[in-house]
Amino acid sequence: MSCNKQFINLMHKYLDGELTRTDENLLRSHLHSCQSCQKHFHELKRTTTLLKSSSELQPSSNFTEKVMASLPKEKKRVGYMRWFKAHPVITAAAIFFIFMFSSVFSAWDQDSQLSVSKDKNLIIQEDTVIVPEGVTVDGDLVVKNGNLKIDGSVNGNVVIINGEHLMASAGEISGEIEQVNQVFEWMWYHIKDITKNLFAFTNK
Amino acid sequence: METKIKEIIKQVKKGDQSAFEDVVTFYQNKVYQICFRVIGNAHEAEDLAQETFIRAYVNIHSFDDKRKFSTWLYRIATNISIDRIRKKKPDYFLDAEVKGTDGLDMYSQLPAEQLLPEEEVESLELQSYIQQEIMQLPTKYRSVIALRFVDELSLAEISEILSIPVGTVKTRIHRGREALRKRLRRV
Ligand SMILES: [Zn+2]
Repeated sequence: MSCNKQFINLMHKYLDGELTRTDENLLRSHLHSCQSCQKHFHELKRTTTLLKSSSELQPSSNFTEKVMASLPKEKKRVGYMRWFKAHPVITAAAIFFIFMFSSVFSAWDQDSQLSVSKDKNLIIQEDTVIVPEGVTVDGDLVVKNGNLKIDGSVNGNVVIINGEHLMASAGEISGEIEQVNQVFEWMWYHIKDITKNLFAFTNK
Repeated sequence: METKIKEIIKQVKKGDQSAFEDVVTFYQNKVYQICFRVIGNAHEAEDLAQETFIRAYVNIHSFDDKRKFSTWLYRIATNISIDRIRKKKPDYFLDAEVKGTDGLDMYSQLPAEQLLPEEEVESLELQSYIQQEIMQLPTKYRSVIALRFVDELSLAEISEILSIPVGTVKTRIHRGREALRKRLRRV
C-alpha cells in the first residue's frame, strides 16, 4: 500500500455513494494502472458484500407471537371508561334508549300491586311480606309496593321498592339492604342494574 | 411501505393493539440484525429485539408521524443494545481509546489470528465468523456498521439515529470498513 491515501479515501466515498463524476474517473484510471489499489478496492467491496449478507440472521420463528404476548394489556374496564369519556353524546343516547326500551317510567306507574321476587315459604299479610323465623331465603329478595319484615334470614341482597323494612325484629341479611322509594331512586336502581349487566357482559 | 406502516401506526395509536403485529412482522429481521451486530450473540439479540418492540409499543404516542418510522425504531434498538453493553462489564480493553485515533488503533494493532478453515463454510458459520470479527471493534463502530449494512441507511439517517455528526459517521464507517477489510481478507 504505497499509494496515496487520497485514493483509498476515494474508494470509501465510492462505497458510500458520494463520489463525484470527476473523482470517479480519477479513481478508475488509477485502478487501471495500480495493482495494489485494485486489490485494496476489491477487498473493500468484498467486505461490504459480506457485511450486507445478513439475511441468514433471523430471530426465532415465533418472535412476533412472543412480542405480542408480552405487550402490556389494556384493561377492558379502563378501555370502556375511556370510550364513555371520549363519546359522551353516544353514551347519553345509549342511556336514553335503554330507558325507552326498558320502559322504566311506565313500569313505575302501572305496576302498583305488591309483588315479591320469591314467595316460597314467605308469608304475605296485607301489604307486608314476612320471612318467618327459621326460613332462609337463598338469593336476592326484591319486594315491590310492600313492606318487608325479616324474622328468618336472607342469604343475599334485599331491595324494597316503594315499601319499608320493618325493623321489629332483627333477622339476618347476608348482603346489603336497599330501599327505593322515589322515582329517581327507582331509575338509579335500574341504571345500576343495567350497567352492572353491561359490564358483566363486556368483561366476559 | 413507509406509508402503509404509518397507517398501521395510526391504528395502534388509536388503541388497536393487534395492528402492532404487522409492525413486528415487518421489522423483526432488521431490528434483530441490528441488535445482533451490536451485541454479538443470538440469544441476547432476540431479547433486545423483543424489548425494542415492547418499548416502541409503550411509547408509540411519542412517535412523530411526520418522521420515518424505521429511523425511530432503529434508534430504540441501538440505544437498548448499547445500554446493555454498558451494563455488562466495561469494554475497557477494546473500547479504550488511543489519543487522536478515535479508538481504533489499539484494535487494529491486534493481529488477525483466526484463519478460516480451508473447506467451504456454511453460510451461518461464515456469519458467525464475520460477527466474531465485528465484535473486535469498539461498540461505537459496531453500531454504525450495523445500521449502515443491515438496512443500507444513509449517512444522514445514521447520524440522526445515533445523534452524532455526519462527519463522525463517515469516519467510523471508513475506519470500520478498513479494519474489517484486513480481518475478512481471507474469507
Ligand atoms: Zn494505487
